[in-house]
Amino acid sequence: MKKYHPIKELLLGRMRTFYREPEAIFWTYGFPLILTILLGIAFRNRPQEVIDVDIADGPAAAGIKSHLDDAGGFVAHVRPTAECTERLRLGKSAIVVERGDKLEYAFDPTRPDSALARARLDDVLQRALGRADAVATADREITEPGARYIDFLVPGLLGMNLMGGGLWGIGFVVTDMRVRNLLRRLVATPMRKPHFLLALIGGRLVFTIPELLFILGAGVFLFDVRVSGGWLAIVVIAFVGSVSFAGLGLLIASRAKRIETISGLMNLVMLPMWLFSGIFFSSEKFPDAFQPFIQALPLTQLNDALRSIILEGGTLADQAMRLLILMAWGGLSFLLALKWFRWT
Amino acid sequence: MAFAAYCRDLYKRYDARKKAVDAVNGITLEVHEGECFGLLGPNGAGKTTTVEIFEGLLTQTSGHVEVLGRQWSGRDADEIRQRIGISLQDTKLNDKLTVLETLTLFRSFYRTGREPESTIDMVSLDEKANAFVGKLSGGQKQRLAVACALVGDPELLFLDEPTTGLDPQSRRELWDIIREQRDRARTTLITTHYMDEAQRLCDRVAVVDHGKVIALGSPDELIRQIGGEHVIEFDLIHSDGQGSVVGADLFQGLPSVNAARAEGGGYSLTVSEPHRALPALITLLQSRQLELGRLATRHVSLEDVFVTLTGRHLRDEEISSN
Repeated sequence: MKKYHPIKELLLGRMRTFYREPEAIFWTYGFPLILTILLGIAFRNRPQEVIDVDIADGPAAAGIKSHLDDAGGFVAHVRPTAECTERLRLGKSAIVVERGDKLEYAFDPTRPDSALARARLDDVLQRALGRADAVATADREITEPGARYIDFLVPGLLGMNLMGGGLWGIGFVVTDMRVRNLLRRLVATPMRKPHFLLALIGGRLVFTIPELLFILGAGVFLFDVRVSGGWLAIVVIAFVGSVSFAGLGLLIASRAKRIETISGLMNLVMLPMWLFSGIFFSSEKFPDAFQPFIQALPLTQLNDALRSIILEGGTLADQAMRLLILMAWGGLSFLLALKWFRWT
Repeated sequence: MAFAAYCRDLYKRYDARKKAVDAVNGITLEVHEGECFGLLGPNGAGKTTTVEIFEGLLTQTSGHVEVLGRQWSGRDADEIRQRIGISLQDTKLNDKLTVLETLTLFRSFYRTGREPESTIDMVSLDEKANAFVGKLSGGQKQRLAVACALVGDPELLFLDEPTTGLDPQSRRELWDIIREQRDRARTTLITTHYMDEAQRLCDRVAVVDHGKVIALGSPDELIRQIGGEHVIEFDLIHSDGQGSVVGADLFQGLPSVNAARAEGGGYSLTVSEPHRALPALITLLQSRQLELGRLATRHVSLEDVFVTLTGRHLRDEEISSN
């Protein structure tokens, strides 16, 4: 065993550079953690929503209001007709009800809360006015971990972070070394280029572990997120994702000669994935025509695989296709990066 | 005969927006084993391009290059890299690593070499061994850069402008390190635009201008070539306070004067025997009723060689390099 091994020294150098840079630590670990906690708090499940109802002033208005107050779940106010219409238009109320010859509902069917209000309001009023149910009904309410927004969010944030870490952690570092003429200095030594690359990727894998622990840990311990699948499967997926994005980072940085260039390119590459790859909301909400493009994005595959394992208890074998797409991105990026890479 | 580094008819052309620039325009150099060889010339003369072709960082447009008897291709390239040490003109090493960590990293790339600790001693950075690179002064950073070049115990050392921008103390410290290499019979190729540096350090010097070698030899030989080893510089006072009114050729005929030149409002004479030239000069001035404003004599330097060859000073920034 040689006393000084280049891969070991290069890897140590990467890690020392990282942990001696407080800002890098914050943006890699602190910021995503804070984001997870803030979003978790903002989107924790709230008590059932109440419906804002305006009742147009008239002879029957007081009666309607008392029916609604009895039923519960409504905040009802009697107001002049013109004011009711204006408040509905501004979204301050969900629905306006007016009793003439018939019960007249004014609502916006394209607004989910407004459409829901129409159904519930009609139901309550009809029953209060004497309609009988054809069949008796019973409600069972289920709000369990696994089905909440925070459960959806945590794997998405993890995926987003693995993308950012891979792209910045490789692309920025490599460009900075090029700007400093350090790449040039290194390539003038007998250093083997594969050693340099291995150390870069090895560093990324090491940094991935705390990222994984912090974000998933925050989900599990602060928001009671339940991890259904195996931890090993999660780690494997995270590593494959990490290496894939490291390849992409290397490709983006293969020629950049200025920090400004690499920053712009990074954002250009990440923006579509932030939007389409299902970090904050499901990528399935986009029209079918977009889906082939969305499914081709590496982050979509990474997020889907993480959700499948964490939320649905999927196995690694279930993710075969997703892993394949991720690896194709990584492999192709590395090949092109090696072909185009400039050391000077 | 074995050369540590050798190039013949070296050309390097850069194509920059329609206009081709010949950075190196037919240079032939032979660097002998064990010598300290200097490439001397103004900024933009082609020194760095030449050195970086030797270092394998640039590829020549045409010409033959050999380093340690090998050419820059395939397996030989690796072999050359194992046996040379390099300090580039401006490399910013990783600020977040310590001096010792940086040297250990560089040491790990070489099959054989020095211990990082002893290399630190060589460049007198032992007190800074555990200091971060970002906290070093300019001179200390430069010494670390040279240490990175030395840690592989190279047979051939390339130093590109190692003392540019350093204070006199730091420059002298670096000179000591370079002299030590020569004492150990290692070859050094150094570029500089400082005359005194080349004069003190180098066994032989190639003066480079506009991509060509315009003079080659030991500093003493070059100085002898321009005839005379002394320079007399003087100004004249004129009643109207104007610049030089008499032509420099007036002084050409004085005893032992080899060259006379008007320079910066005064005159500069290259002489071989000042004790003969000076009295004759004074007599001439008296007979012409010209009054001396300033008079100084000094030894000829490489700067004078350059001025004699090109009519320009080495560090004139207005040099039109294409």
